[in-house]
Amino acid sequence: MLSIIRERIRQGHRTGKYPQEAPTLPARFRGRPIIDQEKCPPDCQDCLARCPFAALARRDNALQIDLGRCLFCPECATACPHGALSFSTDHRLAASQRQWLWTGEKEGQLATALHAKMLRLFGRSLKLRQVSAGGCNACEADINVLGTLVFDLGRFGIQFVASPRHADGLLVTGPVTENMRSALLDTYAAVPEPKIVIASGACAISGGPFANSPEVHNGIGDLLPVDLYIPGCPPHPYTVLDGLLRMLGRL
Amino acid sequence: MMTPQEFGKIAKNPGSIALTTLPVLAYSRFGELCLELCKEGGRIAAYFARPLPQGDDLELFAIIARCWEGELLILRCTIGRSFPSLTPLCPQLHLFEREIAETYGVVPTGHPWFKPVRFHRPWRAGSDAWNRGEERPLPGEMDYYRVEGEEVHEVAVGPVHAGVIEPGHFRFQCHGENVMHLEISLGYQHRGVEQLLLGGPHPTSIYQLETVAGDTTAGHTSAYCMVLETLAGIAPSPRAEAIRAIALELERLANHVGDIGALAGDVGFLPTASFCGRLRGDYLNLTAEICGSRFGRGLMRPGGVGFALDDDLAARMLNRLHIIETETRGAIELFFDAPSALSRMERIGTLSIDDAEALGIVGLAARACGLTRDVRLHYPYGGYIETYDHCVIEDSGDVFARANIRRREIYKSLHWLKQSLRDLPRGELRRELPPLAADTLAVAMVEGWRGELVQVGITDAAGKFDRYKIIDPSFHNWSGLAMALRDQQISDFPLCNKSFNLSYCGFDL
Repeated sequence: MLSIIRERIRQGHRTGKYPQEAPTLPARFRGRPIIDQEKCPPDCQDCLARCPFAALARRDNALQIDLGRCLFCPECATACPHGALSFSTDHRLAASQRQWLWTGEKEGQLATALHAKMLRLFGRSLKLRQVSAGGCNACEADINVLGTLVFDLGRFGIQFVASPRHADGLLVTGPVTENMRSALLDTYAAVPEPKIVIASGACAISGGPFANSPEVHNGIGDLLPVDLYIPGCPPHPYTVLDGLLRMLGRL
Repeated sequence: MMTPQEFGKIAKNPGSIALTTLPVLAYSRFGELCLELCKEGGRIAAYFARPLPQGDDLELFAIIARCWEGELLILRCTIGRSFPSLTPLCPQLHLFEREIAETYGVVPTGHPWFKPVRFHRPWRAGSDAWNRGEERPLPGEMDYYRVEGEEVHEVAVGPVHAGVIEPGHFRFQCHGENVMHLEISLGYQHRGVEQLLLGGPHPTSIYQLETVAGDTTAGHTSAYCMVLETLAGIAPSPRAEAIRAIALELERLANHVGDIGALAGDVGFLPTASFCGRLRGDYLNLTAEICGSRFGRGLMRPGGVGFALDDDLAARMLNRLHIIETETRGAIELFFDAPSALSRMERIGTLSIDDAEALGIVGLAARACGLTRDVRLHYPYGGYIETYDHCVIEDSGDVFARANIRRREIYKSLHWLKQSLRDLPRGELRRELPPLAADTLAVAMVEGWRGELVQVGITDAAGKFDRYKIIDPSFHNWSGLAMALRDQQISDFPLCNKSFNLSYCGFDL
């Protein structure tokens, strides 16, 4: 008993100061990409050619990135000969609508709060059921991390529960394999109305690295109505937390 | 007796062999040799088929590991629509034969446990080993082993489980609390990885390898890079190899520390559960210091690594390691010093050394039963050559042994890691990859944190992948979990499951 107390004192208090203080992330962490359109010549194709998932495109005469497809690898930034493209350490990426995931003037907007009725129901207590539908266990692992004492998800009134019947919504990871499609839909049907759906990770948003495989559905977009998109491969735990808190109108 | 003209041999890791030098045997002789080699202590590292360019026949390859000789023997033969199953005489082949049947619609006659593996359509149209018709098979739809009797009941769990974990289906045949048999049916995570790799390497391939099993990104991507490099006839610089090995050990540390925390949580010893949950993140964050990603995404690239680890960063990582090592030891020793926690793990979920050997169990689960199986020891590669000498063995085969292997490996790994960060060799980060050799078979093996990862690439005349085979340690080890559950209380399933902590997507591909 004494040794437990001694160890407890040595390990110290570890719960982060988030959201009062911004998280410190590694210098090489790749969060929201920054594009300097001034430096980006319109006829250059170097970064577009380098992305095997077509996450970059020229839209409205500007280079834009679809964060829903982006795996946040360093290739496009490395390929840019003009220094126009780089990744910042900004972890805030989640959005309420699919098209907001495009970086651009009007898009690139962060997630907004649910509407008033839903906020009244879920704003102070949100129970989620997680479904991995072909997820590689990285998204799942970094969602589990939210339960550790560093993030302490419980202090925000958010909890992952064992049964969809006890849940207010689903958080889905993975590209939705054909073999998980019916289990995912059954789980969704078992959640009582009204309910929310969160697509977490590039796979659940767009199919991620497995986009267009004959065995997957390119994410949950065609199967379920999505309320929150959390980009990343996998999303950093702070990206997930930021998305959840924005959805609940806490940030 | 076998003659040297009957097989190919690879004596280094990674290694390759030209297909023209690999003799094609008759299936009967191929089977004889497989059985003979396994009887003499050989082990099936890989066993797979590919269609021949003409006709309906398949070409079958067996890669047999002779660990103490440090070599791989490669056997090759052709098979038709059906072939006599070797599983009754060599149980470690049971899943390999089922996988070949499911992929190409051929039948291993006399297979004692002939069921689908991943529930997908066969790759070749119009042939199904179970005559299931043209409709896509439904996941989990197969004949389950059933125990009949008035007091016998069946418990079915999944595919969607209670926690934040991957999906799989488990069926327990129980008498009261006692589990007589557990059958595990997977395939829910099947994303078609091997099919996507055909005709490659594609620009998308490395990203798919990064996510074969997301908790083993460093493991699977280094094996993939090794396959490409041996086919291209180059090796990365010593520095790149050292960085790879550092990432592999950080991956091992993060997962082992997390698993000890989870085991502590499962037996209700909350201080360690809570400390280790946090410490696991500290190891992931060290990986992120190197490459920006907690899971090592973007780090391994064919020809070397994508990120520098300079002396400055190495010094900072060493400082950090010194702090978290003390905290890790404190958190773990607390758990292993609590008799009530230990008694929950001892003699629970025991896997015998004989069963482990028969089923071809690998990695930490094998080492926990007293089998010396460690790729770093038998087939040293890259940054482990001449630096690795700390294979850890336990012999009780129970949950405690699997936990204690992790504890001891954590300490050994920390020691190795600190040494490696101090003596980083020089060299460039990444070398240009020449075109891949044509008509060649290449094998790479890596000791991932769960165990042996094997990847085999066979190129065609243009140097493109005609077949790419991935074998995650979970492919072997799920059967070990099923065996370990026999005669246990069903309430101990979560604990036993966590002590193996196998990958669903690594199995399902």
